[in-house]
Amino acid sequence: MTQLILEQALNGLQFGLMLFLLAAGLTLVFGIMDMINLAHGSLYMVGAYLAAAVAAASGSFVIGVLAAVAGTMAVGALLELAVLRRLYTRDHLSQVLATFALILIANEAVRAIWGDQPVMLNAPEALSGPVEIAGFSYPAFRLLIIAVGVLVALALYIAVAKTRVGMWVRAGASNREMTEALGINVKRLFTLVFAVGAGLCALAGAMLGPLLAVQVGMGESILILAFVVIVIGGIGSIRGALVGSLLVGVVDTLGRALLPWLLRSFLPGEVAAHLGPALAAILIYVLMAAILFWKPAGLFPARG
Amino acid sequence: MSEALLTIDGVSRHFGGVTALSEVSFAVGAGEVHALIGPNGAGKTTLIHQISGAQRPDAGRIVFAGEDVTALPMHARVQRGMARSWQITNVFNRLTLLDNVVLAVKGRQRDWGSGFRFWKPVDDEQALIDEARGWLTEVGLGGRERTLAGSLAHGEQRQLEVVLALATKPKLLLLDEPMAGTGPEESERMVALIEKLARHVTILLVEHDMDAVFRLADRLSVLVGGRLVCTGSPDEVRAHPEVRRAYLGEEIL
Amino acid sequence: MSGAIYRQSTRRRLLAAGVFALLALLPPVLQAFGQEFYISFAARVLIFALAATSLNFIVGFGGMVAFGHAAFFGAGAYTVAVLMESGVASAAIAWPAAIVVAAVLALGIGFVSLRTRGVYFIMITLAFAQMIYYLAISMKTWGGDDGLSLAVRSTFGPLDLKNDATFYWVTLACLGLCLCLLDRITHARFGRVLQAIRENESRMEGLGYPVLGYKLLCFVIGAAMAGLAGALIANHGQLASPNLLQWTQSGTLLVMVIVGGVGALYGGAVGAVVLLLVEEVLAHYTTHWHAALGLILLLVVFRAPKGIAAWVHGLFARAEKHE
Repeated sequence: MTQLILEQALNGLQFGLMLFLLAAGLTLVFGIMDMINLAHGSLYMVGAYLAAAVAAASGSFVIGVLAAVAGTMAVGALLELAVLRRLYTRDHLSQVLATFALILIANEAVRAIWGDQPVMLNAPEALSGPVEIAGFSYPAFRLLIIAVGVLVALALYIAVAKTRVGMWVRAGASNREMTEALGINVKRLFTLVFAVGAGLCALAGAMLGPLLAVQVGMGESILILAFVVIVIGGIGSIRGALVGSLLVGVVDTLGRALLPWLLRSFLPGEVAAHLGPALAAILIYVLMAAILFWKPAGLFPARG
Repeated sequence: MSEALLTIDGVSRHFGGVTALSEVSFAVGAGEVHALIGPNGAGKTTLIHQISGAQRPDAGRIVFAGEDVTALPMHARVQRGMARSWQITNVFNRLTLLDNVVLAVKGRQRDWGSGFRFWKPVDDEQALIDEARGWLTEVGLGGRERTLAGSLAHGEQRQLEVVLALATKPKLLLLDEPMAGTGPEESERMVALIEKLARHVTILLVEHDMDAVFRLADRLSVLVGGRLVCTGSPDEVRAHPEVRRAYLGEEIL
Repeated sequence: MSGAIYRQSTRRRLLAAGVFALLALLPPVLQAFGQEFYISFAARVLIFALAATSLNFIVGFGGMVAFGHAAFFGAGAYTVAVLMESGVASAAIAWPAAIVVAAVLALGIGFVSLRTRGVYFIMITLAFAQMIYYLAISMKTWGGDDGLSLAVRSTFGPLDLKNDATFYWVTLACLGLCLCLLDRITHARFGRVLQAIRENESRMEGLGYPVLGYKLLCFVIGAAMAGLAGALIANHGQLASPNLLQWTQSGTLLVMVIVGGVGALYGGAVGAVVLLLVEEVLAHYTTHWHAALGLILLLVVFRAPKGIAAWVHGLFARAEKHE
């Protein structure tokens, strides 16, 4: 039992860290530019497809991941310059409509290039097996994901908390007008933030690709989770995104694994079998609703 | 002091680690003009927020007309006869003056159902419109019913701000710096208006213009750093050593 | 002033009545041209028009950008299907039940969600809709991922809903009724108060209006109408599908509202008609019609930012000025 919990907790951590990669970019775009970008999930999908294509062509997973990150950053920057830039000053509804349109276009473009069927993205051969840690075995590739996630989270934290650009980003998230008044080239800053966000999406897509299916529509389901994360954490806050990601990742994974089992211990089997999966599936949404009920602006509100 | 209409009893309010109000207690007597003064950042507007129901105090009670209203939302306090104006003009910019005041008159009609009328078109509610016209005339905005509120001059907007509160026919009027940003002439008009209103309604006035305050107020309360320093008649307040210290150098005292 | 508005709104109502008369003639016309298939399609369009109209009341009139309307749409559909499963086929019972279930759901969701504002409101309504979605697909008794199919369409007094034309007319009547209702509500006191709340919430609270109560009621009215639309869509496809509850469904309805015109009485309906027609036409010409639709939506955002209704309204205003 302990082993199961430990394993699921690690899975939750791994999922949470990948969610963080998505949520970090989303929360910054949201916080700084006050922009709802539904197409964020599409960048994740594009990243996964690019990784799969390049990895298949080059035979190297690492090259695939790097190419995906670089390629998606370029796509993101292009998108920002061509379309999203004109939406910053528009209301949320226009942003929803425009980025919804982008989802449709992105899905169709991917379908036109790679077809309807899911494509394969394999984890590197050397990491396909399990490793022994503290007396139980755990897939090596999942450990790699955790390592990458921790490293990127750390790097991002240092970039935002310690560098000059990071300071602008934080300033922009809490007070955009003031930042502009300080004479910072906000336009270029926005493009940069957006490209970095796109790169993080691609990294998450490439790393999760071998575990989940690389297919059209993969962006939409995870997009909603990323939104849940940033709303729980408080829009515009990187710290909030990290806490929210880990919370959602662990609660969701552990809930799915343990809730049915927990229910069985005090409910009749029939009822537990029905209720367990249902409750597990809605657990994070209940969590989010509860958090917003008590803290209507999330756990770490970025704006005063 | 006559019988208390509003009693503030040990009200405290914190924002994060900052104490904005610390156990403030005083009473506003029925029929008086009670001024609330204090240096910038003393907590005057915060206290108005607690009284009007825009915020809830962390501790203490607010008793209005014999009823503990601490837990009531703003609209419920308005319905019990407490209305406020805002320091920063807060009117319906895209509606005409008449529509602005009509909304206020309607809001007063205490039966909960009145605003929830689904069927009857509103255009023919002549009684409402007549009353709204009357209020506008009362404060010198008569004849401008069709003007959009957003296009008024600043001084006129301040007057509209007061009329909106007034048209709810309150027992207690909370005026948060009604003269904020107005010129001498407009201030004079506002003082005259408040003097006129004071005959019918109890007023709690927050104001920086000390000339106006000492002309209007029957009694004053002084807040410094979130604490109540003293409450009393203008002469008592003028003579209070701690008030003198807080306002040291300000010649009006 | 009021005279001008009266004349204007009378003209609008006459125009609307004319449009409805024409719409009522659609089934025989289609039959005459041997295009019966499109009667069913037209009914589907009308149902979405109703769903989008109900959302527009919440978004455009109540000023609440709700991103979980699928929950009420789907709840209506599942209510009819579940009742059918337990032997209640009568529309006289099932459809009002669908309305009530959606309304009660909205009462609970709205009560919690209205504590938040802006983006947080968007997201919390989405979260609740997702809860309902996952709840539905994990309920084995409700058919899980496959949804719950209806053996027959609801019985509706002497009318036979299995006949596509009849079903179309009933749907048209529902839409017309709801539009009339909303037209009255928006011109009555309740509507004026909502409008003022949208303009300045804190002042309305300060004038003694229970703002939260008004917004909640607006939310519930919109949801109830979505429940009726759900009851109709379940009958239309004889299926209560989890797709109806998916967040993309909420997104689609919102897109219809924005395309048609936020806050315009007919905005939702116009948006639904335009979007579904464009879809149908595009799908005829290209398999990549999603991309084409996306481009058109982008065009709407940048060229007709206030929606088609506002654009048409502008044409009207110009025409009236010329008279």
